[in-house]
Amino acid sequence: MIQALSLTPVPAAAEALRAEVRAFLDDSLADMAPELRARSWLGFDAAFSKALGARGWIGLALPAAYGGGDRDAFARFVLVEELLARGAPVSAHWIGERQSAPLILRYGTEAQKRFYVPRICSGDAFFCIGMSEPQSGSDLASIRTRATPTASGWRLKGQKVWTTNAHRSHYMIALVRTSGTAEDRQRGLSQLVIDLKTPGVTVRPILDLTGGEHFSEVFFDDVDLPHDALVGEEGSGWEQVTAELAYERSGPERLYSSMVLFDTWLEHLRSENASDDASLALAGRIVGHLATLRSMSAAVTAKVGAGESPMTEASLVKDLGTELEQFLPLAIADALASAPERAQSPALLRTLAYVTQIAPTFSLRGGTREILRGLIARGLELR
Amino acid sequence: MNELLSEPFERLLADASPPDVVRQIEHGGSAAPLWARIEASGFLDTLVPEAAGGAGLSLAEAFPLFLAEGRHALPVPLAHTMTVRAALAAEGLTAPPGMIAIAPLTRSTAEGAVFCPGTPYGTIVDWILAATTEGWMLLAVADAERHVIGIHGSLRADLRWSRQPAGARASQHLLPWQEAGAAIAAAHLAGAMERALQLTVAYANERVQFGRSIGKFQAIQHQIAVMAEHVFAAHMAAELGFVAAEPLPQKLRVAVAKARASEAAALVTSIAHAVHGAIGVTSEFDLQIYTRRIHEWRADFGSEQYWNRILGRALLTSDAGSALDFMRAELVPPQEKTK
Repeated sequence: MIQALSLTPVPAAAEALRAEVRAFLDDSLADMAPELRARSWLGFDAAFSKALGARGWIGLALPAAYGGGDRDAFARFVLVEELLARGAPVSAHWIGERQSAPLILRYGTEAQKRFYVPRICSGDAFFCIGMSEPQSGSDLASIRTRATPTASGWRLKGQKVWTTNAHRSHYMIALVRTSGTAEDRQRGLSQLVIDLKTPGVTVRPILDLTGGEHFSEVFFDDVDLPHDALVGEEGSGWEQVTAELAYERSGPERLYSSMVLFDTWLEHLRSENASDDASLALAGRIVGHLATLRSMSAAVTAKVGAGESPMTEASLVKDLGTELEQFLPLAIADALASAPERAQSPALLRTLAYVTQIAPTFSLRGGTREILRGLIARGLELR
Repeated sequence: MNELLSEPFERLLADASPPDVVRQIEHGGSAAPLWARIEASGFLDTLVPEAAGGAGLSLAEAFPLFLAEGRHALPVPLAHTMTVRAALAAEGLTAPPGMIAIAPLTRSTAEGAVFCPGTPYGTIVDWILAATTEGWMLLAVADAERHVIGIHGSLRADLRWSRQPAGARASQHLLPWQEAGAAIAAAHLAGAMERALQLTVAYANERVQFGRSIGKFQAIQHQIAVMAEHVFAAHMAAELGFVAAEPLPQKLRVAVAKARASEAAALVTSIAHAVHGAIGVTSEFDLQIYTRRIHEWRADFGSEQYWNRILGRALLTSDAGSALDFMRAELVPPQEKTK
């Protein structure tokens, strides 16, 4: 059975970065309303990403040879923590930095690394990930989008859906079938990088319940791709995707999605001098859970930094983290409506409504609760 | 904490305090032989400074020992005794020999009577550290009226002194005894919940129904996965509670530790018992040794709601600009403070 995570402090060298990041965010987020900052993961601002890239803050832990910052996982931990807790609009570069660049660096050719990664790090190339299809969600191995080998490379036919940012990204890395049939399941899958301007690609944004357009459906109608669209080995797509999702699950990303709402609520309580027992206990409960989860996340970061692959631990922290992120808006709504005589804050209510509506996605992206719990059970050696 | 210390300690507890010994002491057997072995092992003064003859470990370094006690449901107050001995040494005082327990509650009257209700280890302990708003005192249990509280298997007792005995060690120096008790309870909770998880995984893999082990059923797997999440969280929170420069812990970190571990207690015990079915509630099976204690420790020195209010008040009245700033300033230790 896996060992408990043990307290690991964030190293002083990584902490040293914090003041600089804060000064930058104080400046660039000064006039941003809380309901907009609450979008964070889904807040798309190409100029902000470009400015971040100019400071060397995209790909901070990636190798300098490919435009990265050559810092360790903890430096990135501090940076990401500041960005997310403040609600910086990180969406444009987020997927490229967290998943696509590490994937290309691990499995790509030297030419692919040199072509894509520096532009991800400078905030010039935005990526999305084509996994889900209309008939394939958690059962990812059942995908039907197919790439057939041609003389000049690949011909792609099929459809992806729920693809975050497809309508505003330059590239997609898609999991597609390159050999065999759906019955072969995990065998015969590959990852292709697709320039979304290629003829035959149609992207249609999907309006979400908050009135935003954060995900899309993407159609591939006989799209011709070059040989070097293939990332990694033909037929190894499943192993590669599994490794990619492990990057997705480690790090402090999975506890701060409702942080802007929490801070906005705390400000409201302070301004109203509210100190009823229920509000105090709720505020205390949330901050205690956050401190615990943040420490667990730091422990996972240390394991990743030491070259381990803490899949079970990362899944466990993510499941608990998204549970807290989703609990927050529900509990704050109850707390606010329990004292109707208190003055209301319209900005707080808008922030609350946005987070409440979008919160179900927190435990969908990167693997559902049920998938994570299956992984944890395996890590516990239930058999 | 070096493994040089925690491994022999783990072996000592496994050997000296297996479940059968826990059962014997719970049912009136003498705790003296077990205590004698522990005293002889030298672990009593782990936290006492080297200058005063101890091993000089910090609270954070000794965390694994406190955790191990919970894992073994140690039926004698080693953690309490270790902590009191260290705190007294820091005050320039020497603790008397014997078992010492910190009382979660002390009521005293103007006439000098002292009452400690439902005191952990009350049926076997030699000394009680009783804290009041005026300070603290170390009272000999031999001088007290002792009433067992009538809960099956519990070592708790109501202790009453008609007046404070002459010569009792006492001080007007206020020390965070409640915080110390709460931190210890959090570590014990985390340890006992780890054991409950181990037993639950083992049972789910052993027990066969419908032709396969019940651990193969997704409904069971997901419950145990959730249980593991909360056990891991309780461990981390308890460890946070032990980060302190002094021999006694820091209030707000203890608040996180005790609130989080106590909150986990309800869920962890109910899943553990649900998975075990009827065998889990028999006295013969070991699970109950841990789950009965988990419920006691959850309430000792303040439940989750008690500590969450303290934490919430500190957060709302703090000058920190954000919840993250508050966490970093008060709860999560920077690098230099953990050792």
